[in-house]
Amino acid sequence: MPVPELPPLDLPDQPKLAQNITHFARALRKAGLPIGPGRVVDAVQAVVAAGFTSRTDFYWALHACFVTKPEHRVIFAQVFRLYWRDPRFLEHMMAMLLPAVRGVQEEKPAKPGEKRAAEALLDGTQPDPEHIETEEGTEVEFDATLTMSAEERLRTLDFEQMSTDEVARAKRILAQLSLPVKPNQSRRLIAAARGPRPDWRRTLRDAARQGGDIQTMARAKRRIRWPNLVVICDISGSMSQYSRIILHFLHAVSNSKGAGWAKVHGFTFGTRLTNITRHLAQRDVDAALAAAGAEAQDWEGGTRIGECLHQFNRDWSRRVMGQGAVVLLITDGLDRDDPKELSREMQRLQLSARRLIWLNPLLRWEGFAPKAQGIRVMLPHVDSFRAGHSIASLEELAQVISNPDDLGEKARLMGLL
Amino acid sequence: MRQTETIEQVQALLAEQGYVCGRALAVVVFLALRLGRPLFLEGEAGVGKTEIAKALAAGLNRRLIRLQCYEGLDASSAVYEWNFPAQMVAIRTAEAAGGADRGALKAELFSDEFLIERPLLQAMRPDENGSPVLLIDELDRTDEPFEAFLLEALSDFQVTIPELGTIKAPEPPIVILTSNRTREVHDALKRRCLYHWVDYPDFQRELEILQARAPAASAQLSREVVAFVQALRTEDLFKKPGVAETIDWANCLLALDVIDLSPEVIADTLGAILKYQDDITKLQGSEAKRILDQAKSSLDAP
Repeated sequence: MPVPELPPLDLPDQPKLAQNITHFARALRKAGLPIGPGRVVDAVQAVVAAGFTSRTDFYWALHACFVTKPEHRVIFAQVFRLYWRDPRFLEHMMAMLLPAVRGVQEEKPAKPGEKRAAEALLDGTQPDPEHIETEEGTEVEFDATLTMSAEERLRTLDFEQMSTDEVARAKRILAQLSLPVKPNQSRRLIAAARGPRPDWRRTLRDAARQGGDIQTMARAKRRIRWPNLVVICDISGSMSQYSRIILHFLHAVSNSKGAGWAKVHGFTFGTRLTNITRHLAQRDVDAALAAAGAEAQDWEGGTRIGECLHQFNRDWSRRVMGQGAVVLLITDGLDRDDPKELSREMQRLQLSARRLIWLNPLLRWEGFAPKAQGIRVMLPHVDSFRAGHSIASLEELAQVISNPDDLGEKARLMGLL
Repeated sequence: MRQTETIEQVQALLAEQGYVCGRALAVVVFLALRLGRPLFLEGEAGVGKTEIAKALAAGLNRRLIRLQCYEGLDASSAVYEWNFPAQMVAIRTAEAAGGADRGALKAELFSDEFLIERPLLQAMRPDENGSPVLLIDELDRTDEPFEAFLLEALSDFQVTIPELGTIKAPEPPIVILTSNRTREVHDALKRRCLYHWVDYPDFQRELEILQARAPAASAQLSREVVAFVQALRTEDLFKKPGVAETIDWANCLLALDVIDLSPEVIADTLGAILKYQDDITKLQGSEAKRILDQAKSSLDAP
């Protein structure tokens, strides 16, 4: 774009600088920063404008052009330090690293594919669901106690009691499940023939076309906006069987287009909090969960709910809960840490969410009573308390998730406190 | 007009307006002016992102146009709106006069006379002092459709009004966008801007800022205030105090005629630096004293 009263900024005749910056940009790109060629041109111009007088200026000029996220600042600093000390040094390092990196990368994408291939090969021994149903259907004739269809039985079966085969089928059903949500009213307006508000701008524009006669009043209504969903899932030892299946469910929800949610953010926690949103975006569920599993280092360990919620509240809540988000907290609530901290963090979480729904697989036991310390502390702060141990319970959740009056089991259990 | 040919000149210009900035920020501001690029500033609340636009406008003697973003901000409140009541009156008058000529009326109704200019359009208009400074504040508060709309405005510095055609800025305005990062702004918009993360300043710089902004405070009090706030930022708080809070607090202490920080004074005025009840309760009792002692000992150390 033209900059008045200043001489035009051309790329320097001496191509050494441009070349060096291009190589630097490539190094950054390898390190994971999203940098296109346009940014490189900007950077060269910026460096020419800022001059070479000091290393700091040079650093910040490149920084302004290449960094777009606070997380990238550290990476930038590291690459800058390595690269501009001695470019050959970095090249050397890269060359040394390359075989190792390549080995890892080649292995990674192959995994889900392999799994799929193996499944395809196993097809002969593992019949598809319809096939099983007909088989069990014939069985029903012999045994009158099995009056439920296999599918129905599977729906109410506890995830923990499922065989590997049943888990596989449950996963198939879950992949088709969605969490339909009601939209919120936005403050924006959209043209609508029978809208409640007059649209003056359009009315007069139409009138001008008719030579100044207002024939019909153009109207508008409020646009709708979809809320965000934040899922925080416990992956500690006591939850292991559930969390694996719930993550399948989460993957289905975050990839179902048109179900409503503007954005689905996924977090896992055991002893520390991990954001797995980016991994869930992968289409292949096995690849997505493998990547998420690699990121979260605390599978099947202990739980520190209060500490992890604190991390969430401090680092993420303001970034993901901005516009009327619904929070699904999936945990058994068995926590031995300081109850005061847990209570405080739960309160903070509820205050910043539009709705906080707690799914607790322990609720499947008939005589469940809120006796554990963690549960007693957390219960008063949730908007709704529901079971989450079977497909049926997740389907119930789908029915009530946009009902603001739904309390689940909370009212009954609060009476027991 | 002030010269902004070098980075030092930019730094001096901002310093004259009472804005103390580090070399890093001076470099990006200089580049934004020199390359005519929008400047995208991100950082925690109260680190002086909005202030820089004000200081820049005052220093360059340009007009400051501020567009405060909020959810549901749309073109009619950001760019332009037609003055409908006046248009209606014009139509009725033309009808009463009898000669409602269609073409003439249309040309008259959609002319500058009936146009209400909102901040983005105002910024495209030439100004006698040179192109204005356009501050698009708290961009993260608006929604994605508005961001997409800004793309055209910020990359070509033009806006399109169907009835009038495209209005292009003769001289691109100096654009500063700020975000508190309550959500991630799209890369397409960031890509068109120069990016800078405004961090909390270190002790020395914050002291300079405080002395520039609250010159009435004694050197001893300023040092204690800054040391205490710096120590507070290392604590595990929900919302860490920004520079704005430091300045506010110093002014509060001045109004109360405090010469020396004590745990009691801190307990009374904590509301000026901490804005969440959780954080305030955390700091009641011996905790404030501990941090104060820590701050004072760090002052004595060097």
